[in-house]
Amino acid sequence: MKTFRGEALSWHIVDATIELVLDRAPCNEIGSVALTELEQFIAALGALERDAHALIISSARKEGFCAGADLRELYHRSLQLPSAARLEGVRDFLERIHRVMNAIDEAPLVTIAAVHGVTFGGGFELALTCDLIVADKMARFCFPELRLGLIPGFGGIPRLKRDLGNALVRDLLFTGRSINATKAQAAGLVSQVVAEGDALRAARATAAQIGKFDRETTKAAKRFIKPVPYQELRQEIDIFCELFTRPAVDAGLRKFVESTDALPYLP
Amino acid sequence: MATLQDTTDQILELAAAHFKVPRAQLSPDDDFFKKLGINSLQALDLLTRLEQHFHIELPDYELQGVSDFRTLAERIQSRL
Repeated sequence: MKTFRGEALSWHIVDATIELVLDRAPCNEIGSVALTELEQFIAALGALERDAHALIISSARKEGFCAGADLRELYHRSLQLPSAARLEGVRDFLERIHRVMNAIDEAPLVTIAAVHGVTFGGGFELALTCDLIVADKMARFCFPELRLGLIPGFGGIPRLKRDLGNALVRDLLFTGRSINATKAQAAGLVSQVVAEGDALRAARATAAQIGKFDRETTKAAKRFIKPVPYQELRQEIDIFCELFTRPAVDAGLRKFVESTDALPYLP
Repeated sequence: MATLQDTTDQILELAAAHFKVPRAQLSPDDDFFKKLGINSLQALDLLTRLEQHFHIELPDYELQGVSDFRTLAERIQSRL
């Protein structure tokens, strides 16, 4: 499919660039609907690649790029299942989302995340699969998973380690704090910081520049400089599933879902 | 270096301008969540604007339990 419009996202090709646009209220949480449509996108990617040299992932939601996994769906589904079935369901979800993330990570075209606002958890992990992150100056990045008694489960730690020094990785994980785009750029995570509302335009200009170069050379360079950390990604799924069975996770999820705090993503 | 009073005034100016509340209606002891009528996402937005304005980094956990402009100014002042 060259174009698609679903419940959680859409895609089309413009100027030899695939534009994948996340658009599901409230802030593009990744649950079963988004995952299914991301899988459809990955299935279509092989055909799309023939007509494009770049992929831009952006959000149509004013709140931000993506607030991460759909914790409300996870919590309510979990309540209905015995613990063995819950774990099986979570592992299946992780295997599926990892296939999506890995496919974007290793796609033989240049991938750009154009982010603004909330770029948290699974949203941050999706951005980290991309070759470049172009950030609106109001973007904020965060890995709040430890507050739930979990680690990031969509490939976050291995990909963050690939791009950043370990000290900042530990800081982000252990405190669950968010950092702004300027800090993320200073750390080497974000390649460009632009004015409010300008990330998609800047990403398109970047894609146009990338399109001037020989595609095979760019593909070879990408393979050389951006290895996918497959072994650590497998370890991540195992650690996540091991942690998921602990009572702390139930308590963390319940606290999040029932929270009326002003800053509910913090422990 | 800016005094705590300067910092507080700048926060009130910034909040009034961004959230379109008359500056005269804001005072240091106001609960900014109630006075500005903001939710958690807008609180993050305010945090980012404050970090940019004062050229500081302010971890979110430093703001837990903080709801008035005066205490917010103290947290910022300690990082100037």
